[in-house]
Amino acid sequence: MIIDINFIGLIIASIMASAVPLILASCGELITERSGVLNLGVEGMMIIGAISGFALMTVTGSLIIAIFGAMLAGVLISTIFAFLTQTLITNHVATGLALTIFGIGISAMIGKNFVGIPGKEFPVLFEGLKDTIPLFGPILFGHSIVFYFAFALPFITSYFLKKTKIGLIVRAVGDSPESASNQGINVKLVRYASILYGGAMSGLAGAYLSMIYTPQWIENMTGGRGWIALALVVFSTWNPIKILIGAMIFGGLTIIQFHMQAIGVRIPVQFLTALPYIVTIIVLVVISRDSRKIRLSTPSSLGKSFHKDN
Amino acid sequence: MHKFLIRSFVSSLVLLFTLTVAAVAKDVKAAFVYIGPTGDHGWTYQHDVGRKAVEAAGFKTTYVEGVPESADAERVLRQLANSGHDVIFTTSFGYMNPTNKVAKEFPNVKFEHATGYKREHPNVSTYAARFYEGRTILGTIAGTMTKSNVIGYVASFPIPEVIRGINSFTLAAQKVNPNIKTKIVWAFTWYDPGKEAEAAKALIDQGADVIAQHTDSTAIVQMAEKAGVYAFGQASDMDKFAPKAVLTSVENNWGPYYVDRVKAVANGTWSQKDTWHGIGDGMVVISDLDSQMPADLRSKVKKLQADLASGKVHSFTGPIYDQKGNLMVAEGKTADDGMLAGMMTYVKGVEGDIPK
Repeated sequence: MIIDINFIGLIIASIMASAVPLILASCGELITERSGVLNLGVEGMMIIGAISGFALMTVTGSLIIAIFGAMLAGVLISTIFAFLTQTLITNHVATGLALTIFGIGISAMIGKNFVGIPGKEFPVLFEGLKDTIPLFGPILFGHSIVFYFAFALPFITSYFLKKTKIGLIVRAVGDSPESASNQGINVKLVRYASILYGGAMSGLAGAYLSMIYTPQWIENMTGGRGWIALALVVFSTWNPIKILIGAMIFGGLTIIQFHMQAIGVRIPVQFLTALPYIVTIIVLVVISRDSRKIRLSTPSSLGKSFHKDN
Repeated sequence: MHKFLIRSFVSSLVLLFTLTVAAVAKDVKAAFVYIGPTGDHGWTYQHDVGRKAVEAAGFKTTYVEGVPESADAERVLRQLANSGHDVIFTTSFGYMNPTNKVAKEFPNVKFEHATGYKREHPNVSTYAARFYEGRTILGTIAGTMTKSNVIGYVASFPIPEVIRGINSFTLAAQKVNPNIKTKIVWAFTWYDPGKEAEAAKALIDQGADVIAQHTDSTAIVQMAEKAGVYAFGQASDMDKFAPKAVLTSVENNWGPYYVDRVKAVANGTWSQKDTWHGIGDGMVVISDLDSQMPADLRSKVKKLQADLASGKVHSFTGPIYDQKGNLMVAEGKTADDGMLAGMMTYVKGVEGDIPK
């Protein structure tokens, strides 16, 4: 196997494509968590987005309706979570888990009639420029609009949290809802909005899977990516740019191990398959050695319910 | 008048009798236990298509999906046996021990276990399909259609069923094209569209221009379509997912067997059996051959299909050597079912090692 430069470009492009759903869902969950809410329902919201996007695409034939419909479906299902945790003050962890189970179940029910239907082709941009630049051509060009959005999102999120007033408000609510409330900020409203935004991004991540990455609907097709997205938020210590790196490492190890198998590298396949998880654990251990840094970057009131009367 | 009355009396008796017999016969209830969701469009989906055929034949059916191959399986089986089901189909290898255990407790209920080999009680039958016959056909097509002489193969788990498929495929491909190489990537999943697509992409990036799969989703044929290489459908006809890429599919066709066995229960003729059906009995079906294949290849494949069905050709006909060059099957002999059932070594020409 001659490793030429375009081959490396192809591998990097595959890695980036596999990282897209993780980046989208993680960046959404990051905003939710920054507002102090722990939503473990990412997997459930993603799968709802996946079936909604696919179903709308099949029924209406419009990709735009399907993409926005999937985001709306993510918003709707996260509204349930928001209502329960913010208005009825239920426990975040239990409610989030219930949301995942609910999402998987209901998507399977809606999806019964959509199994075995091929998806539509999703348009890609700059396809013609792919072969113009060696190495960077396949990396930069020939992807869907969602792909470009996903790679811009961590930077937008970072800017939003650091430089905008609303971003500061979200962080304030996550760090000290009491103080924020005393400042006249409507904590519930901010948290509602953050949860719904997280739902929209998870919905988009699911739609990317069912409409662009592997255009089809089958049950459970998110295959645990929602959980990985959740882990990435912790992995990144709530820093959107690090989500980008984490998602690339995770997606990259899966793809590189397939390449190593195909080349015939004599490493036990089971080890290669476990590699992404092993590396994630190692990185987590390395990160959490610095407990002060973890404490500084974790939203202080993460997962704690807020009663205004307290 | 008198005659008319008698006639109508007799005919209504006959009618009543037929109805009663029909009612008794149709009263048989069949249950199906699935490992995955019926919406997987793969293994479980095809079993469910078979169940619907039983339903269409006029019998009542129930199914339980997503049953883990653990103590849960026993509980589900016991519940089904207790709730008046006459025959229970357990459709995954891992249900082997639970099936036999529960069968002992319910001697009046018939059990049918897919892909297993244990029949410890007279009310347990086993059945499986000779999918490797289908892979002989795929190998023949792949060996002929490849231009790069690199064929990619996305495998699931290193079990005899999968190894047998790889061997059968490679032997057939080598027969028509001695220069081919089969590159194998183990995905360690039956069913994860994202991972399957990534595995296929890796093989395509490394020069494979025909992709075979032993995992269940349609992600691989779609990836092949996108990349402009050939692929084969698995379990069901996947042509509509990738009209340009899919040359043909190997379909699992359980319906006729299921209808047959449920009818046997209804008629009281059911007895213990070990069934291993292939192309000849219609349990393994080859979908339409794509028109991109040259006409002479298509007619060659048709003939091969007929010969496999009649038994004139066997997928594992000697001489067959393993990777180290040891003789596995002597010239003029064919591999027996015992050898096929326990096949855990690659034949010569397959690259790499079987993961342990």
